[in-house]
Amino acid sequence: MTTPRPVTHAAREQVGRLLALVPYLHQRGEVRVSEAAEALGVDAAQLDKDLRVLFMCGLPGGFPDDLINVDLDALEGEGIIRVDNADYLARPVRFGPSEAAALVVALRAIEQSASAETREVVERTLAKLEAAGAASAAQQIHVAAEVNPGEELLPMLQGALDQARQLEISYYVPSRDEQSTRVVEPRAITRVGDATYLDAWCHTAQGDRAFRLDRILSATELPDAVSELGAQPRDLSAGWFRGEGETVAVTLRLSPEAQWIPEYYPVVVTATGPGGTLDVTLDVASEAWLQQLLFRVAPHARVVAPEEFAESFTANAQATLRLYEGTA
Amino acid sequence: MAEKSERLLNLYIMLLAQTRFVSKQDIRRAHYGEYSDNTRGDEAFEKAFERDKEDLRELGVVIEVGSLDHYFDDEQGYRISPDTSSLPEIRFEADEAAVLGIAARAWEQHTLARATTEAMRKLAAQGVEIDTSRLDLVPPSLRAEEPAFDACWEATQKRREIAFDYRRPGQEATRRRLQPWGVVRSSGRWYVVGHDVDRQAERVFRLSRVRGKVTMLGKSGAYAVPPGTDVKAIADQLVHTTPDIDATVLVRQRAGVALRRSATSIEEDVTGPDALSGWDRLGLTGQFRDLVNAVLSLGPSALVEGPQELRSDVLARLTEVAR
Repeated sequence: MTTPRPVTHAAREQVGRLLALVPYLHQRGEVRVSEAAEALGVDAAQLDKDLRVLFMCGLPGGFPDDLINVDLDALEGEGIIRVDNADYLARPVRFGPSEAAALVVALRAIEQSASAETREVVERTLAKLEAAGAASAAQQIHVAAEVNPGEELLPMLQGALDQARQLEISYYVPSRDEQSTRVVEPRAITRVGDATYLDAWCHTAQGDRAFRLDRILSATELPDAVSELGAQPRDLSAGWFRGEGETVAVTLRLSPEAQWIPEYYPVVVTATGPGGTLDVTLDVASEAWLQQLLFRVAPHARVVAPEEFAESFTANAQATLRLYEGTA
Repeated sequence: MAEKSERLLNLYIMLLAQTRFVSKQDIRRAHYGEYSDNTRGDEAFEKAFERDKEDLRELGVVIEVGSLDHYFDDEQGYRISPDTSSLPEIRFEADEAAVLGIAARAWEQHTLARATTEAMRKLAAQGVEIDTSRLDLVPPSLRAEEPAFDACWEATQKRREIAFDYRRPGQEATRRRLQPWGVVRSSGRWYVVGHDVDRQAERVFRLSRVRGKVTMLGKSGAYAVPPGTDVKAIADQLVHTTPDIDATVLVRQRAGVALRRSATSIEEDVTGPDALSGWDRLGLTGQFRDLVNAVLSLGPSALVEGPQELRSDVLARLTEVAR
């Protein structure tokens, strides 16, 4: 009985690299280390180590002629790889089951959100891979089309970016349940974490803004060209949302039914409360968002602190109940 | 590592270079000399040989097993045929190579990201030039944050039975034993589908509810996946067991934008429960629980008109928190 270690398959991976390297060399004769490293996506120092293993391998028999010949002088001197006596390794090995599955699933995922032309290209590519035996392993894994609202806008947003045209978008802010119309100068489409964003200069807000695609309700390309405001790309890798407002640490007590919350939201502190409950602390930027979450899981989450959030939630719940009292 | 790599590669070459089947004895003599000739040595050799064969299979090698002797089939031998083990020749057009370049960046789960890299390397070895310059398409992001994913995937590949603690919300964790058939991602979550050994039935488990480590039990290739198994169909069937319902909901004007997006009908300016704002009537279709949650999230901006059981459920939940 074993538990999988944090997977180290170093030897298998090394053999995998060698079984790709030899056919690669076979096609080209001799190749610079740097070039082979680049083409195969292997670190040059690692490639050197791999070749020293190859040098010890060959046909069984134990005669010097049986071994694969790696020209170590050329390797150490000029940084050139030359390998002989390995004709039987001239072709790469078939896709392994995980390789085939990973590739096929990735292509199918691209297909799901692609434009009609791209979809046709993906289908051709998949057909070729399937003909090469990649189909069967992919039956053990299936990724359902994720309904990513807003991604249907991608081709049109992309068009505006390509043409450098301004856009009019209708944007929804869920924490305020509010919709606004804005004129923006699109700059790029970026994925950060789970979501895809349109990065743009917003004329309405007079500043840089990132708009989540799933909250853009509609978009229209305008005839106006993008000005220099929208021309400069900016680095979004960190902290888009920094400084956009204070957050409040809110502690919630979750009954088991609401204990999916820590799976979805970053929870700062977690402690076990009474009766199978769980106490979690979340950084909350908007009270409206918090109220929405509390209603959604009602009655399985209670505000432990701060007190005023607990009170306003109860008051809201009472107001909602009153709506029902007047109707049958 | 170098020693193990050498043994693995030499084993591959030996079986590839022979046209006949090679006996286990010959293989042992050539590559497993360090295992002594006694019961313990025999066992250690068997284990190492099994692992090596598994590593080769994971690399894509097809090992054929056959009888050494035409008259007696009691002695098994091994060989690798270049025809079944080599990647068939594939050529890609420029636009196809660009799509492959995007696929190369799709996985954000380390095991499958690495598997993609290895597949790309095999294509490069064949002379395919992957084009990573096409930037106008956003690569899909395929992830698996659930810690149980790796073990379930590995077990699926090796057909090894697994055991894990599984906890449904509001219940104690129970130990489950499963012969996994495949993994499925649906609505942003991963599931493992397979045969539940204790319950003797098809089951689907949500990976985020697996607590702690997944333990591998027994040997690889311990069971067969029933022919024609469609893991997607099983997951669909077991995950969504209740039919959708139709509902009518009153929503304040200018509120509930997201709900309006999914509405099947919208009737504007209807009579609402108060005059603080105008009201619209939305027709909605969906799972009972999703509808309850969606209406509740809007707090005092939405109200269920019908059906009655949906209304009662919303009311019951509100009453509990309004106290």
